[in-house]
Amino acid sequence: MAHAENESHITVLPPDKEKIKKLWTVAGILGLITAFEFLIAFTMHHGPLKTSIFIAMTIVKAAYIVGEFMHLRYEVKVLFWSILIPLIFIVWMLVAFIYEGIAISLVR
Amino acid sequence: MASTAAAAHGESTWDGGSSPMGASYGKLMMWFFLMSDAFTFSALLITYGLVRSSHKAYQGAVDAFTFSQNYWPIPEKVFESVPFIEGWSAPLVFVGIMTFILIMSSVTMVLAVEAGHRMDRKAVEKWMLWTLLGGIAFLSCQAWEWTHFIHGAHAGKAVVEGTTFFGANLAHNQYGPPDFAAFFFFITGFHGFHVFSGVCLNFLIYFNTVTGLYERRGHYEMVEKVGLYWHFVDLVWVFVFTFFYLV
Repeated sequence: MAHAENESHITVLPPDKEKIKKLWTVAGILGLITAFEFLIAFTMHHGPLKTSIFIAMTIVKAAYIVGEFMHLRYEVKVLFWSILIPLIFIVWMLVAFIYEGIAISLVR
Repeated sequence: MASTAAAAHGESTWDGGSSPMGASYGKLMMWFFLMSDAFTFSALLITYGLVRSSHKAYQGAVDAFTFSQNYWPIPEKVFESVPFIEGWSAPLVFVGIMTFILIMSSVTMVLAVEAGHRMDRKAVEKWMLWTLLGGIAFLSCQAWEWTHFIHGAHAGKAVVEGTTFFGANLAHNQYGPPDFAAFFFFITGFHGFHVFSGVCLNFLIYFNTVTGLYERRGHYEMVEKVGLYWHFVDLVWVFVFTFFYLV
């Protein structure tokens, strides 16, 4: 079998327990935040406060996914910032278009 | 000149051979592809925000909510069915399960990447299989949700004098303004297609792992690259979940 031949020159390292534990911790945090979002969805009244809590939690979740799972937090600074800085355009687009939408609803 | 001397020894950055961003060409290009994909998804979600905020919001109590063309529906009143117990009101439970499935498959993907770093083929195979299972489970859930959304469960609404419309298509829907269903189809559809592509890529990675291609190559970087894509799909779902279902 090809597998047996390969085994002679492939060194399989043992699992990095600490790293794996950290990954599961991140998964736990993501799960907890989602559960908390559910709690808020059914206990709070609709309004700007509720929306801001949701957005804040979404950003926290996004930070964990991009930072830990996608490993961006540990990449070289140049890479880190060349991914993060262009996101300013998205934020600007969001602000501009929501502003525009509210203006449309006022003239309708 | 000092710089010429350095270049002669191959130490200048401009001689090539070094990666200033500390990542391989393939990984870097995956990052920039994801960047452009993020812009596409943002365009969809922001347009959703624009159209939604230009419609009237529902003002009354949540319990008294009824579907109407005059205001944007409350998502928790639209998405409140779960397979096998249809008819019960379980707002957002099913979409919560879908979120959980996708987060879990992201975890198994990152565990596959970790196993790849250790050249542990058996572990990569195991975690890739779990990731595939998660992706397929998510797609199945979405298929059910689309079917339910298209056919409708509750009493339909009158579109023209005397005719009642059930469910949704791109022109009409029973839940609210026509744009509501259009955005549902476009945003969750575009995301679902990304998940589908992800499952195909994950299968390719699984196949190449099983046949020992990466072991012969000496590294499992492809697992990492496709992993980046898979996490991105999960990331987009986090935003879709918040902006389409929660807010």
